[in-house]
Amino acid sequence: MGLTRSLADFADEVGGADAGPVCVRGGATQWDIGGAPDHGVREVVAPSGIVAFQPAEMTVRVGAGTTVDALHDSLAVERQTTALAGERGATVGGVIAVGRNGPRSLRHGPMRDVLLQARYVSAEGRLVTAGGPTVKNVTGFDLCRLLVGSLGTLGLLGDVILRTRPLPETQVWLGGHADPWALLDRLYRPGCVLWDGHTTWVQLEGYVDDVAAQTAVCRAAGLVVGTEPPLLPVHRHAGRPVDTTTFAARHPEAGGFIAEIGVGVVHTARPMTRPPSPIEVAALHRRLRIEFDPTARLNPGRDPLAV
Amino acid sequence: MRRRTRIDRNPLVDALVDALAPDRVDDRPLARHLFARDASVITGGHTGVVCHPTTAAEVQACVRIARTFARAVVARGSGTGLAGGAVPCDEPVVVVTTKMNRIIDIDIANRVAWVEPGVVNLDLTRALVPHGFHFAPDPSSQQSCSIGGNVANNSGGPHCLAYGVTSAHVLAVEVVLADASIVMLGDVAAEPIGYDLRGVFVGSEGTMGIATRIAVRLTPNPPAVRTLLLDFVTVRDAAAAVSGIIAAGVVPAAIEMMDAAITRAVEQYVGAGYPIDAAAVLLVEIDGLPGGVAVESAIVERVGRENNARTIRVAANEAERALLWKGRKTAFGAIARIKPNYYLHDTVIPRTKLVEVLEQVYEIAARHDLLVMNVFHAGDGNLHPLLVYDAREPGIIQRVHEAGAEIVAVSLAAGGVLSGEHGVGLEKRKFMTKQFSADDLDHQNRARRAFDPDNVMNPGKVLPSGASCGDVQHLDSMPEGAWV
Repeated sequence: MGLTRSLADFADEVGGADAGPVCVRGGATQWDIGGAPDHGVREVVAPSGIVAFQPAEMTVRVGAGTTVDALHDSLAVERQTTALAGERGATVGGVIAVGRNGPRSLRHGPMRDVLLQARYVSAEGRLVTAGGPTVKNVTGFDLCRLLVGSLGTLGLLGDVILRTRPLPETQVWLGGHADPWALLDRLYRPGCVLWDGHTTWVQLEGYVDDVAAQTAVCRAAGLVVGTEPPLLPVHRHAGRPVDTTTFAARHPEAGGFIAEIGVGVVHTARPMTRPPSPIEVAALHRRLRIEFDPTARLNPGRDPLAV
Repeated sequence: MRRRTRIDRNPLVDALVDALAPDRVDDRPLARHLFARDASVITGGHTGVVCHPTTAAEVQACVRIARTFARAVVARGSGTGLAGGAVPCDEPVVVVTTKMNRIIDIDIANRVAWVEPGVVNLDLTRALVPHGFHFAPDPSSQQSCSIGGNVANNSGGPHCLAYGVTSAHVLAVEVVLADASIVMLGDVAAEPIGYDLRGVFVGSEGTMGIATRIAVRLTPNPPAVRTLLLDFVTVRDAAAAVSGIIAAGVVPAAIEMMDAAITRAVEQYVGAGYPIDAAAVLLVEIDGLPGGVAVESAIVERVGRENNARTIRVAANEAERALLWKGRKTAFGAIARIKPNYYLHDTVIPRTKLVEVLEQVYEIAARHDLLVMNVFHAGDGNLHPLLVYDAREPGIIQRVHEAGAEIVAVSLAAGGVLSGEHGVGLEKRKFMTKQFSADDLDHQNRARRAFDPDNVMNPGKVLPSGASCGDVQHLDSMPEGAWV
């Protein structure tokens, strides 16, 4: 238990405005999202390690440089986990900074809601605390939400407190030919419902009796137990949940796809373009970035609006 | 409303009347007096003029005109806030959103509803009944509070234990900013890109703009619900049971705790069948699929017995369940029978520390010779220590102040925070430096400034560095019909 290095040490390494541009490197599993950092910028690595896991509180304080796998291995000892998801090697800080949801957000909600507190290093090299350690907190402005998906442009995460949740008693995959929307209507909080235009896959988790009952619903609809989906395509498109129904017709350029039914995320074989953000939204982004990083030294080259 | 000629009007009022309508702009003394307060104990606010816009364009006009006349803008929903967030300082234009109360669209396929900010919280859930969905945040004021106010305060409620506070249920907000421009924050589409502007706006207490349209997430009604009432002969046992339930890996939909004094008051008030000789009762609700409800109810009962629960009653039907909840949700109406005034805090502590912090709360109240009652969201550690008093008693207000500050101090010392659901408003600004460092508050101010560089939207709220609110007084009497 404990961090590999102190937050103060990390803050010293990041330095203030006179220390020049700096970027933080996690597992580099999502390095190009929103643009890779400018070439040649000094790299720093956030502290790693689990500071305090309180299973009875259902919270964990962990260094941002810790890998998600290592975190979840530690939590699993007490049969708990978090909503963070990433490829092998992805770090807690990296996954929060990029802000993409895991594949169970239909059941567990978006990843942004699990961040209770963040201690980060500001552009001035100061340690700043956002949020608070308790599971419920509305004191002051909610800077934690801003940090999720900020690509390290507002501050560099040092350590975070996350909400944990119990691991399910059991889980099962089913697959086959069935209307994914009809299944979504008939199931209560499935882990996910995936659809590639032909085949539907459902993941169920929870207590044994409930998973058995919901499995029966899926089987009656024509799904077969034990059929897992293929690896999700690497690119991503996000729309409203209903938009997934007509996705293939509207986006032939996507190549193959697997849609998260009820969520609106579509995993695509080819990269997708996004419409530009409205100018008022872009203006708020500019003002926020200037307020938090007046000298534009944090992760230069990365742009949260360009993901 | 009486029409007046322009001769006795001031130009600010004239401009607002031109933009809205004569019967929706009010600067008469009665209106200015009424809108100078919210449901908090705070008095001394000063309203400039009260506006009742019906469209986003009219809200924009209010902001534009206020700016022209160098007035600040204070947004207000139903006025049920408990921290003075809607108390106007320095005669601002008060923008009341209660006439913007349409449910614009219920979109079950996308599990979202678009509402105007003045829609009453419970009205939305009632409209969703035929669809089998509900809006999860359920403050005790839900019969009166507006969804715009819920967004401003990031409101909670008993069922936020499992479902999360308002922020988790808001997908997008259309906002009129301080420069009178209009912008959509967040998106109904999955994974909006960029900074989570929606997320920082929720809970910003009117300092970052005025919500004019809100997309809220709809939550499916659980297939099974079980409500249990456990009673204990000591507060310590009840608090230990709460910690034990969470430690057993169970996150119920709600765990509410009421101590002896409040339980007796509630029972006399609504007759819900609460045991009046208990030192504390827990109201626990488990929901979900039937298998999990059975497993988790059994765990709750076991943990209750291990902690010396005297009786465990399971609501036999929906009527009994509703009655048990009615007791909890009208708790604050019952208090008027005991003393005319009360003052409460809203701190959150780690739920593993409930036993020790509650003991400290009782000790503090006893030392200041005050009656304290506790009725609160125990499952997430959200305390509502309620100091009950009669303001006519000489010197008592000073003691209420001192005890309150000590309760805040012990909550923070236990690793807690100032507010779990009521927000900071004016009331808790003075405590902000006890939770946050100067650098922390500086960064919160930077976020505010990015939205409102000239500090015209609800100035003087939340941050201690904000403009002071001249004549504001605390701790007058609690207005009737307040909720917690």
